Amino acid sequence: MTHAAVRPTPASPTPPGGHLLEVRDLHIEFRTGEGVAKVINGVSYHLDAGETLAVLGESGSGKSVTAQAIMGILDTPPAVIRSGEIRYQGRDLLTLPEEQRRQVRGKEIAIIFQDALSALNPTFPVGWQIGETLRQREGMSRADARARVVELMDLVRIPGAAGRLGDYPHQFSGGMRQRVMIAMALAMNPKVLIADEPTTALDVTVQAQIMDLLADLRRDLDMAMILITHDLGVVAGVADRIAVMYAGRIVEHADVRSLYRAPAHPYTKGLLESIPRLDVRGQALSTIRGLPPNLMRIPSGCPFHPRCPYAQQVCVDVVPHDLVLDDGRTSACHFAQEVRDDSAR
Amino acid sequence: MLRFVLRRLLQMVLAFFGTTLIVYALMFAGQGDPIQALAGERPVTAAQRAYLTQKYHLDATGVGGFLYRYFDYLKNLLQGDLGQSLTGRSIGDILVAAWPVTVKLALIAMAVTVLIGVTAGVIAGIRRASIFDNSTLVLTLLVLGIPTIVLAPLAQYFLGVRWQLFPPTAGAQPDLYALLLPGIVLGSLSLATALRLTRTSVAENLRADYVRTARSKGLVKRRIVGVHVLRNSLIPVVTFLGVELGNLMSGAIITEGVFNIPGVGFNLFRGIRTEDGPLVVGIVSVLVVVYLISNLVVDVLYAVLDPRIRYE
Repeated sequence: MTHAAVRPTPASPTPPGGHLLEVRDLHIEFRTGEGVAKVINGVSYHLDAGETLAVLGESGSGKSVTAQAIMGILDTPPAVIRSGEIRYQGRDLLTLPEEQRRQVRGKEIAIIFQDALSALNPTFPVGWQIGETLRQREGMSRADARARVVELMDLVRIPGAAGRLGDYPHQFSGGMRQRVMIAMALAMNPKVLIADEPTTALDVTVQAQIMDLLADLRRDLDMAMILITHDLGVVAGVADRIAVMYAGRIVEHADVRSLYRAPAHPYTKGLLESIPRLDVRGQALSTIRGLPPNLMRIPSGCPFHPRCPYAQQVCVDVVPHDLVLDDGRTSACHFAQEVRDDSAR
Repeated sequence: MLRFVLRRLLQMVLAFFGTTLIVYALMFAGQGDPIQALAGERPVTAAQRAYLTQKYHLDATGVGGFLYRYFDYLKNLLQGDLGQSLTGRSIGDILVAAWPVTVKLALIAMAVTVLIGVTAGVIAGIRRASIFDNSTLVLTLLVLGIPTIVLAPLAQYFLGVRWQLFPPTAGAQPDLYALLLPGIVLGSLSLATALRLTRTSVAENLRADYVRTARSKGLVKRRIVGVHVLRNSLIPVVTFLGVELGNLMSGAIITEGVFNIPGVGFNLFRGIRTEDGPLVVGIVSVLVVVYLISNLVVDVLYAVLDPRIRYE
C-alpha cells in the first residue's frame, strides 16, 4: 500500500483559474418511508470548456442523480442535498436563489434524457416544444422561432424538418425522437450539454448515429459535454476523460486511453473484462460477482469490497481515499497500483 | 375520423331502435288494460272501447301485435310525431316546455362542477397531502356517499326554508336564481367526481418525465403546470364532463322532483307514476338520442384533445 508513486489526497486537486463546471464533495440522500438511501457520497468531478467527460456506472450508482442535481431538477423531497458545491463559472449553483438558478437551466446547462418518448410532452407538436424556450425566454416572435426551430432540426439531421414541425412525438421513430430532444436542448446554445444515457433506449445502429451526432455537435458548437452511460463501448470514441461511479462515489477517474489500457480500480477492471470480445473464441464471459449494494446499507470501508477479488481486511475497515497515481489519474482503491500493474500486463 | 363518425352514426341507429324497442316493451308489457288506463277512473262504453281498439290496433295480440304497434309508433316517431300523452297533451309540446328548464339546470350544475370541482382538483393535485387536499378528499367522499334523495331535501330545508338564502321550490316558470340551489345540488355529485379525477390526473402528470424536461428547459413553474401539465391532465376530465353533460341534459328525476322544477325528469317521473306509456316512451326515445349524440361528441373531442388517439 505504501508505494512511492502513490500519495493519498483528502480531496481532489483544484487548479487555479477554475473549471467551467465543478462538482465538489456532493452528498445527497433520499429520505423515503423505508429509510434513508445514501445515493451520493462525496462525488467530485469537473468539466472544462470544450471537453467530454464520461460518467460511467451501473444503475443506482448515482450518475443520473448527480446530473439532476447539477440541473437543479431533483425532487426535494424525497432528495436532500446534504452538502457539497456545484460551481458553474465560479458561482455555486446550490446557493443561488431559484430564479437565478432557473436562468442557468437550458440556457447555460442543458440536458437530454434517456427515453425521449416519455421525456417529450405527448400533446404538443415537436416544433412547438423545441421553440418553446425561444418564444418564452428569448422573446422571439413566432416566425423567428419557427425559422430557428427548422435550423435546429436540420442541425440534428432530421430529414424534411420544415414539414415535420407540426408532428407529435409519437409520430417519430426512436432515433428521430432523440434528435428532437437534442434539438430542444441546443435551442438556447448551452455551454454544457449533459447527455443522460442518450442511447440506452435505442437500436445499436441508431445508437452509433446518435453518438456520432453528439460528438459532431459538441465539436461544431464548442460545448462541453457530460456523457452519462453504463455502456463502456459508447464511451471509447467520444470521451476525453472517464469518471467511474460506484455506490454514489467516483471510484476511478482517468483519461480514456490510460483507463482502457490499464484500469486502476477492481470495479473498472471488472467492467472492462465483462465486455464480450469478438476476437477471442470459446472463452467464458467474465462477470462481476454479486449485486450492487443496497444504498440504505452501504458496506463498511470500501463499498465494493464484498464483490472485489482484491479485497483484504483493510478494505472492510478503511474507506479508501482517492489515490493519485503517477500519471495524474485517481483511484479510490487501497490496491490501486497493484490493480493497474495487473491490468497492464 | 370521418369514417369513424359515419360508423358511429350507423351504430347509433341500431342503438336507437334497440333501446326504444326495449322501453316500449317494458312500458306496455306490464300494463293490464290500456284503454282503462287511458280513461282513468271513468267508465268506458263499448263503442269507445271498439273505437280505441281499432285506433291503436289493440285487436292484434301476442308478439306479432306488439311489433305491429311498435312499428306503428316508430313510423310516427320518425316523422317527428311523438304522439299524445294519456292526458291528451302533445308530447312534443311537453318536451318543448320542459327541456329549456332542464338545460338551464344542467348548465348551472356543469358550471359549478367546472368552476369548483376542476379548480379545486388542480390545486389538490399540485398540493398533494396538504390540508387542502385532505379536506377536499373528506368532503368529496361525504358528497359521494350521500344519495341525492337525502342531499336535495337537506339543502332545501336548510338553505331554502331555515336560512332562506334560496327559494325552496322553483315553480312553473323558474328564473335562474330559483334554479341555482337545485343546480348546485345536482352538480355536487359530478363536482365530487370531477375533483377526484382532476386531482389524480394532475398528480400523476406532475410526476411524468416530460415535466422534468420542462423544468430542465428553465420554464417558470406557472407555465410548466399551467400549460404542460394541465394540457395533459385535463384530457380525462373533459371526457368525463362531456358524458356528464349528456347525463344532466336528460334531466334529473330526484332533484327536479324535490324542488318542483317542471323539467324533463319531472315529467318523466310523472309519466312513470301515472303509467302514462306514451309519455314515458316518448321522453325516453328523445333522451336516447341526446345521450347517443353527446357520447359521439365526447369520442370526437377525445381525439381532438389527445393527438395520440386516432380513429380508423
